Amino acid sequence: MTRPIDSVTHAASDPDADQPYAELGLKTDEYARIKEILGRRPTSAELAMYSVMWSEHCSYKSSKVHLRQFGDKAPKTDALLVGIGENAGVVDVGDGWAVTFKVESHNHPSYVEPYQGAATGIGGIVRDIISMGARPVAVMDPLRFGAADAEDTRRVLPGVVAGISGYGNCLGLPNIGGEIVFDPCYAGNPLVNALCVGVMRHEDIHRASARGLGNLVILYGAHTGGDGIGGVSVLASETFDADGPAKRPSVQVGDPFMEKLLIECTLEVLHEGLVEGIQDLGGAGISCATSELASNGDGGMHVWLDRVPLRDSTLSPEEILMSESQERMCAIVSPAKVDRFMEICRRWDVPATVIGEVSTGGRLVIEWHGETIVDVPPRTVAHDGPVYDRPMVRPAWQDALVADAPTPARLARPGTPEELRATLMQLVASPNLAAKDWVTGQYDRYVLGNTVLAQPEDSGVIRIDEVTGLGVALATDCNARFAKLDPYAGAQLALAEAYRNVAVTGAVPLAVTNCLNFGSPEDPGVMWQFAEAVRGLADGCLELGVPVTGGNVSFYNQTADVAIHPTPVVGVLGVIADVARRVPMGFASAGDSIYLLGVTRDEFGGSEWAHEVHGHLGGQPPAVDLVGEKLLAEILATAAREQLLIAAHDVSDGGVAISVVEMALRRNVGAQIAIPAGIDPFVFLFAESTARVLVAVAPDHEERFTRLCAHRNLAIERIGTTLAVSELNVDATFTVELAELRAASAATLPALFG
Amino acid sequence: MSRVVVEVMLKPEILDPQGRAVEGALDRLGLVGVTSVRQGKRFEIELAGPLDASRRERLNELAETLLANPVIENFTVHVVEDA
Repeated sequence: MTRPIDSVTHAASDPDADQPYAELGLKTDEYARIKEILGRRPTSAELAMYSVMWSEHCSYKSSKVHLRQFGDKAPKTDALLVGIGENAGVVDVGDGWAVTFKVESHNHPSYVEPYQGAATGIGGIVRDIISMGARPVAVMDPLRFGAADAEDTRRVLPGVVAGISGYGNCLGLPNIGGEIVFDPCYAGNPLVNALCVGVMRHEDIHRASARGLGNLVILYGAHTGGDGIGGVSVLASETFDADGPAKRPSVQVGDPFMEKLLIECTLEVLHEGLVEGIQDLGGAGISCATSELASNGDGGMHVWLDRVPLRDSTLSPEEILMSESQERMCAIVSPAKVDRFMEICRRWDVPATVIGEVSTGGRLVIEWHGETIVDVPPRTVAHDGPVYDRPMVRPAWQDALVADAPTPARLARPGTPEELRATLMQLVASPNLAAKDWVTGQYDRYVLGNTVLAQPEDSGVIRIDEVTGLGVALATDCNARFAKLDPYAGAQLALAEAYRNVAVTGAVPLAVTNCLNFGSPEDPGVMWQFAEAVRGLADGCLELGVPVTGGNVSFYNQTADVAIHPTPVVGVLGVIADVARRVPMGFASAGDSIYLLGVTRDEFGGSEWAHEVHGHLGGQPPAVDLVGEKLLAEILATAAREQLLIAAHDVSDGGVAISVVEMALRRNVGAQIAIPAGIDPFVFLFAESTARVLVAVAPDHEERFTRLCAHRNLAIERIGTTLAVSELNVDATFTVELAELRAASAATLPALFG
Repeated sequence: MSRVVVEVMLKPEILDPQGRAVEGALDRLGLVGVTSVRQGKRFEIELAGPLDASRRERLNELAETLLANPVIENFTVHVVEDA
């Protein structure tokens, strides 16, 4: 394939050449703006760069105007060392330690090729963390699929889970939590989000910028191939078009062993102070890394693109710029330190090549065999892309949805003991509430030896200092049905649940990340959902005093004009001074008192019961109570520090009944529950009111604990006792053997996925 | 008896980490001049009786859905013996 190089000179001499900007995902006015910036038509290489960097995925062009609220409404905190805008936010956790964490989506690639899509999702988020200078210590995966028994779910789920375990286990990172949710709204649009957390000393924080005239640009890691060319702009910007084979990119394939070398090599060159700036290569590959590094730095960079080592020698310069080959990084290194940098790369068996240098003049210039094929102001590529304040309209169906409340007249409720027992058994075995061991059993949860808690616990807890016992807790949550009913409240409820899941371990919630999965921003109804969710999350974070440190937006999760439920996945990170005092979820011994903290109301809108038993979604989600969440978290942290609690567990999906079952099954300790006077048994057992937690307290600590709660006016009610027999006994209502509950819970996923 | 061989290879543009690992090992073990290794799968299938059109069709379908992942792999179905 020999064709003339479309150089800058050539572009100037042939100004009216037809260019496939529309096929590359650019709108006519965006193409016109590129011409205006450059004062000529772009070369094909420039067009490739702009198209991929101005895609929704890279430029956040539809979300930017809303995401500003995370900065504008950020609560005052001393904990944030690096805020939004860098590869990942960095949080101070004390004793000179800092933690960085971020969650990203890899939804579309995982639908095309589940194994590699999910695997490279882990690879990408891990490189984000190492480019901040941190050592990755754990990953988590919030996953969402279509109906559990759907054909497509059977194709996608096993591949996704195998990809996560294949890559993460080879890399030697524990997978400490996440979510698995089934809902028909995700059919054809599974959500595969990946979170990574990394740890570093304060002095090791690094940022992505290219400074220092004459410093060299080094590309290191895997060779560049035809992986995912156009993947970012084509896959993330438009919906799937089955009849477009020409658009099908070649799937990126991950190599976790190369990534492991990249981690060690990168941490070593950073630790020796050999690097002025660093950036991982993910979506948009070299286009993204060079333009972002140059834009964040002194503003100029000269790149010799023909020096990039290739896996496939037939790649065109445009393809090299767009390639999303995995396991690559880009570093800015001063000439005096290049030899040492190269020596370290050689020792780790990591190929490294000088491909350019930092220059004056504020231009990003890229050469291909002596001809200039790119000459652009880097800011216009990386940061000053188009920004859209897209039209938003509250969907017409929203009122009817909210009006369709799950009242007793609308949805039949179980009343007799037999019906209540049957409801419990149905929910315990439902795909969303059933045991997830079939999935988490494929993940290495304890490698590295610092995992304190992992799934099915409420949070993953990792020890980061072996001497002091300092650790962090992480949880991700989102009930997208709540967000569908009310995106503002739904985002706050996702935040509240993740916050509570961190708090029950005894950790103090400190910072937030998010992965906002939505339909098409070009649909005013979806845009309204997005804006409401962002507003809700920003307001919620302000009220709880936890800043958003970064995140990711994934749009176009829809098939034709049917969007997924708005799914703002929220991750909360907390710190615990001594992991030896963390509180697990399971009952541990007979004779402990079980207390319910918080208030139960008749709240079933968007509940698991309405979804599973009636296939119903309507009404209002449970009331948000952030004041209550904060109080609860403070009391739980104090109680954990003073070692007053045997167990603590969040009450959410499926209500008190499901939480009690989970606490009992964890260590096979039975419980007797008394339904409090004055409340309907069904409401008590299954309502999903928020700001509630169940705790188990040993008899000798009861007085101190109840006094602590009373002192702060936290609603607390003793609802039962742990038993020496392996059964769940709901007073005067029904009894179930734990073995029967366990069998029902454990059978569901293996039956579906083998 | 009929014999069919199905060969499955990653598409040329797809990264083959296993092939790369073998390539590195060959070099370390002293084989000079190795420039590329690609690793694939070979299925030797024996069937009783002749291959009529419908069995051939079903075989091709299963090669595409079970034996190979056409998103990242190419495959060939080769009838060695048809009796």
